Amino acid sequence: MWALSGQPNEDIQKNSVAAFNKLGKGTMNVTFFQNDAYKTKIRTAVGAGQAPTMIYGWGGGILKSYADADQVEDLTSWLKDNADFKDKFLDATWGSATFDGKIFAIPCNNTQPIVMYYNKTQFEKAGADLPKSWDDVMNLVDVFNGKGVAPFSLGGQSKWTSMMWLEYLLDRIGGPEVFNAIFANKSDAWSDDAVIQTGQRVQELVKAKGFIKGFSSIAADSNADQALLYTGKAAMMLHGGWAYGGMKSAQPDFVKNHLAFSNFPTIAGGKGDPKNTVGNPANYWSISAKASEDEKKVAKAYLTDGLFTDKDIDAYIASGGLPVVKAAQSKLAGSDNPEFLQFIYELSSQAPNFQQSWDQALSPTQADALLNNVDQLFLLQITPEKFASNMNATLGK
Amino acid sequence: MAALASVAGAPDQTSESRRVGEAPLDLLVLPALIFFVAFALIPLVGVVALSFTSWDGISAITYAGTGSWTQVLNDPGTYHAIWLTFKIMIVSWLVQTPVSMLLGVFVAGHERYRAVLAVLYFLPLLLSSAAVAIAFKSLLDPNFGLSAGLHLPFLSQDWLGDPTLVFFVVIFVIAWQFVPFHTLLYQGGVRQIPASLYESAQIDGAGRVRQFFSITLPQLKYTIITSSTLILVGSLTYFDLIFVLTGGGPGNATRILALDMYLRGFKANQMGAASVIAVILVFVGLALALGIQRIGGRDRAASQLEGL
Repeated sequence: MWALSGQPNEDIQKNSVAAFNKLGKGTMNVTFFQNDAYKTKIRTAVGAGQAPTMIYGWGGGILKSYADADQVEDLTSWLKDNADFKDKFLDATWGSATFDGKIFAIPCNNTQPIVMYYNKTQFEKAGADLPKSWDDVMNLVDVFNGKGVAPFSLGGQSKWTSMMWLEYLLDRIGGPEVFNAIFANKSDAWSDDAVIQTGQRVQELVKAKGFIKGFSSIAADSNADQALLYTGKAAMMLHGGWAYGGMKSAQPDFVKNHLAFSNFPTIAGGKGDPKNTVGNPANYWSISAKASEDEKKVAKAYLTDGLFTDKDIDAYIASGGLPVVKAAQSKLAGSDNPEFLQFIYELSSQAPNFQQSWDQALSPTQADALLNNVDQLFLLQITPEKFASNMNATLGK
Repeated sequence: MAALASVAGAPDQTSESRRVGEAPLDLLVLPALIFFVAFALIPLVGVVALSFTSWDGISAITYAGTGSWTQVLNDPGTYHAIWLTFKIMIVSWLVQTPVSMLLGVFVAGHERYRAVLAVLYFLPLLLSSAAVAIAFKSLLDPNFGLSAGLHLPFLSQDWLGDPTLVFFVVIFVIAWQFVPFHTLLYQGGVRQIPASLYESAQIDGAGRVRQFFSITLPQLKYTIITSSTLILVGSLTYFDLIFVLTGGGPGNATRILALDMYLRGFKANQMGAASVIAVILVFVGLALALGIQRIGGRDRAASQLEGL
C-alpha cells in the first residue's frame, strides 16, 4: 500500500501496519509519498495498471473515475457480509465513497469539517461578540477594519481556500439540493439563483475589505494564513479542521487560551439547515481491482483487523484529530483537546448534510475550471453571472 | 610538373577517400539516430496521435477526431495563454538582453574587483528554478516577507496576487535567474574581440561610448543571436518557475502555454486537450528557432574579424 508522508499520520499508519503483520493474517508493505507527488503518481500508476493493492484517496470525483474504469473493487456485498465492521464508521463518511448505491472505499484517518476560527483577544479588544449570522459578519468587517485588524485571514493563492466560502454560503442560502444538482450534471445547474446570490455575497465581502489585504498572494501550504490569525493580524478565519493541529504545534498557548471556534454563521432567509457542514468527511482506502485474489484477501483482513484498532484510535486523538469511527466519542473527554474534538464530533455526526469539498467531489476537469473561476470571482474579475455561465460550460465533463 | 600533377590529383584522392569513408560514417550516426527516433520522434508522433483522442489518463483511450482541437481552439483560455507566452517571451528578451550585455561587457575586464563581482552575479545561476521560486514566494509575502523583515512598508505590495503586478514580478524573477547565464555568454564574446581594434580606435580618438557602439556591439553579433535564441526559445519552458511561484494565478494571469498544458493534462485529466497544446508548443518552438537562425545565418560565411 501507498500512503502519505508527514506526521503524525505517517507514524500512526506505520505502527498500524506493523501491528497487523504480527497477527499472522498476511503481510502488508507500506511506502510513503508526499501529498502532491502522490496525487500525480497514483493516477499514473492506476492508469498504467500498476496500482498498489490498496489505493489511498479522498473519495469523490477521482474515486468515481477509478470506479467507472473498473480499477477499484466494488465492496458493497463484502460490507453487507461484514455489517458490524461497516457500523464502526461515522455515517456521514460513506457518501463520498458511494456511487449508484455501490461502495468503493473504506473511510480512514480523521474527519475534517470546515470551521470558523476566531482570535478571542481581538474580539475582546474590539468589544465584539462572535458572529451568529451573516449580518453579524458584515458588521464585524467594519468593526475590525476600524481597529486596523483584518476581519478574515485567507490564503487565496491556494484557490481551494476561497472555494470553502462558496461551499458554505451556497449550502446556507440554497440548501444541499443546489450542489446535488450540479454534482448530478443537470444542465445549467450553476445558474441557480442561490449560486448567483452566493457569488454576490462573496463579492460584497471582498468589496467591504472583509479579507486581509493581499489575500491572493498568501498561500495556505506555508500556513501563512493560520499565522495571520494567531499573530492577531486577522480576527477570523474559515479553515479546515486540520488547521487546529497546525496552530497547536505552532502556537500552543494561543490555541489553549485565545482561540474560539464555531460552525459557519446562519443566513437570514436561507434554505439550508444551519447544522449542515462542508469539508472532507474522511480519507479512504480502496482495493485495486488489478490485485491478485491473495492480495485482496490480505487487504480485506487489514481493513477489518488492522484498521482503527484501539491503539490507532488513541493515536489519532492524541494528535488532535477526530478518527472517523463511532468508538472515538467515548475517548474524547480524556484527550488533550476535549472541547475542540467534541465540537468536531458533534459537527460531523449531527450534520444533516456533510457536503464533500467541491474540488474533490467534482470530476478533475470540472475542479480545475472551478478553482480558476473561484479565484477570478474573488478578484472581482468576473461577475457571479459570468461565474455561473463559465461553470455551466463544464457540466458533464 | 610532378608537384603540379600531385596537386591536380589531390581532389580525386580526397573524393576517393570520402567515398571510402561514407559507409562507416553513416553507421556512426546510427546510435544517435536510434535515440533520436526513440526519445524524440516516436513521442512526438504519440502526442500528435493523442491530440485526436479523448483520454482521462485512466479509462480506455477513445478516438475523438478533431474534438480536442475544436475544444482547445474555441477556448478563450488558449489564446490568453498563447498571448501571455509571447508577452513574457518578448518582455524577457527586452529586459534580459541589455542588462546581461552591459554586465558582460563590464565583467569582461581584468581588474580583480570585477572578478569578485562576477562571482556574485553568477550565484543565481547555481540555484534550481524551484528553489528560486520558493525563495521569492517567501520574500514577497505581503505580511511575513521582506517588507516585514526590513520594516519597509512600501515593499508590502500584493506582488503575486495582483493580476497586473504579477506579470512584472514573474519577468523580474526570470531575469534574476537567467541574466547571469547570458552575462557569461557576453563576457566570453567580449573577450574574443581583439584588443588591437580598441587600440586603433583610441588612437583615432574614439571615446568609450563610441567604442561600444562601433566595435563591441557589431562584434558581439553572433553572441547576441545565440543569447537571443536561448532566451526566446527558453521562454517556452519557464514552466517550473511559474508553476511554483504562482501556480498560474491569480485567476489565470500567469497561465502560460506550458503550464496550461500541464494543468489540462494532469490536473484536469484531459490528455487529448493537453496534447493539442503540446503540438502547438512544438510548432511555436520550431518556428522560433528556424526564424532566428534565418535572421542570423544570412551572412554566415562573412568573417567576424573583417579588416584583420
